[in-house]
Amino acid sequence: MAGSDHRLSFERPIYELEARLEKLGAKAGQTPEIQGEIRRLRRELVETTKRIYGNLKPWETVEVARHPDRPMTTDYLELVFGEFVELHGDKCFGDDRAIRTGWSKLDALKVLVVGHQKGKTLKERNLCNYGYAHPEGYRKAMAKMRLAAKFHMPVVCLIDTGGAYPGIGAEERGQAQVIAESMFEMSRLPTPIVCVVIGEGGSGGALGIGVGDRVAMLEHAYYSVISPEGCAGILWKSHSFKERAAESLKMTSKDLVRLGVIDAVISEPLGGAHRDHHLMASRLKLFLRGTIRELIGKPIDQLLADRYEKFRRMGVFFEGGRLNGQDQQEASRQVPSHTVPHSISHRLQELSK
Amino acid sequence: MPTQPADQNSWKNLLKRPKRGVPEGLWRRCPGCQATIFRKEAEKRLGVCPECDYHWYVPARQRIEQVLDEGTFEEWDADLEPADPLEFVDKIPYTQRLQEEQKRTGLREAAVVGTGTIRGRRVAFGVTDSAFIMGSMGSVVGEKLTRAVERAMRQQLPLIIVSGSGGGARMHEGILSLMQMAKVSAALARFDDAGGLFISVLTNPTMGGVAASFASLGDVVFAEPRALVGFAGPRTIMATIRIELPKGFQTSEFLLEHGFIDRIVRRQDLQSELARTIDYCGK
Repeated sequence: MAGSDHRLSFERPIYELEARLEKLGAKAGQTPEIQGEIRRLRRELVETTKRIYGNLKPWETVEVARHPDRPMTTDYLELVFGEFVELHGDKCFGDDRAIRTGWSKLDALKVLVVGHQKGKTLKERNLCNYGYAHPEGYRKAMAKMRLAAKFHMPVVCLIDTGGAYPGIGAEERGQAQVIAESMFEMSRLPTPIVCVVIGEGGSGGALGIGVGDRVAMLEHAYYSVISPEGCAGILWKSHSFKERAAESLKMTSKDLVRLGVIDAVISEPLGGAHRDHHLMASRLKLFLRGTIRELIGKPIDQLLADRYEKFRRMGVFFEGGRLNGQDQQEASRQVPSHTVPHSISHRLQELSK
Repeated sequence: MPTQPADQNSWKNLLKRPKRGVPEGLWRRCPGCQATIFRKEAEKRLGVCPECDYHWYVPARQRIEQVLDEGTFEEWDADLEPADPLEFVDKIPYTQRLQEEQKRTGLREAAVVGTGTIRGRRVAFGVTDSAFIMGSMGSVVGEKLTRAVERAMRQQLPLIIVSGSGGGARMHEGILSLMQMAKVSAALARFDDAGGLFISVLTNPTMGGVAASFASLGDVVFAEPRALVGFAGPRTIMATIRIELPKGFQTSEFLLEHGFIDRIVRRQDLQSELARTIDYCGK
């Protein structure tokens, strides 16, 4: 995909093969040998990309999720939705460009789209504060969602933020208050809500538009309680532990499915969403279409009861020596094998002494 | 008796010599005004400095004694204990950290919930202790508070949560901690729909994911004087914007001025203020 020349260090074998292919392809008068070589290199490129992207380390996933060429909300607005009628402003303080809200059409279905926008050019990035929203952004999102519910439109939230902005103005205007209220309101908003983490799912800033009937993630997105850098800074007192923090926090789509936080993972094109916006958009569209159809068939009471239950179940703890009220066997069957059992069986042994 | 000459290492010995005079724990230095305060005197004033009115940290159990009528507290869900779903290890394993915190604080987790009476009015009561891993919210804190909200709804009790948390959502339980914010908030939304009264009391400090969930969702929000309350920690903000923060930034007074809390309530008045609010909102 054309765009910035941002390079990820672990993608180097891919760039090298691409460069060789380009060189060969540019040669005039191609002999059968050269054509054979090109075919061989193409196969190798596919294999290499598969190998690299099949084994991304958590920190590498973070790098992919932050890739400047990765499709953003505005790309999906263009590629997934028919039109976008932007609705600005929170009717209180301002119009936060880090969150976009507006009416849109998914095929013939009217929906409200809410999405973080990080910006592509330096100018746009500054304008939308690199996707770090202020309280007015969340207030705007909440107001438009209420509007959607009033007129029976499903809500689609596209999450892509490093977090809610930490600044003086943000605190003065109630960043904590507004995120709390967003979750509070979204949990009972009487219309279907589908949330998709398309890039970065940064803590409260993500969750502020992240309470829905279905929460999905793109394959190489991440979703975490804190950024790996922030976690490393607090727990290891150094940002250089960010790789380790990324691993410890279990923030990749695979981990989050296992932890019961994510309902679906939307697979990305080979080599990440930044390599093929169109393919990514068509997969997202397919997911949204299916999910929203399923949800609008439900009576609102049932929808809200299910939404409550979905979040109500989250968490892992011991009760009376048992894991979430289940017995140990059930626990080890239900809880992902590599995330829990060792420590739990250890703790259970201790408790039964 | 040391055999070496008296002057050898004498300065080191001097430093090692235990301090005489004041028995351990009889006096305390006030974190607010640095004055040395007679501990008994401060305790009589519920942990408030008699010199500068600074509100000291109060452990969860003591807070329960201060707010609820004597002997009326019945704890709920005391048998919930934290697990280690991520097998998290930073400098020490999370399981070891939990054991150490449990030993140090005498608590099983950062939240204690239950029921009791405030001047005869039955309430559901929860408190988070900022000493237990910074009072951060993991699965157990989220679950205890959610159950407390649900019980308050079933039993039609006013709900009071006194929060103290410098940590917000607990990193060691990763995304599950973040989801507790949504879980408790959703429960509070139902409680709100059912017409329940929720009074949130903010104490020093209430930050991050705790401030950005249940602590900010009270029908009435109280804060103790000079408590640090906010979303992002002051150090994070400084690192981001690289300018000095204004004086009094993110204090209760700052929040009152900006319209985010209803009343600043001194600890001595908390019980009567709670009772009065319950009476105003009661049937």
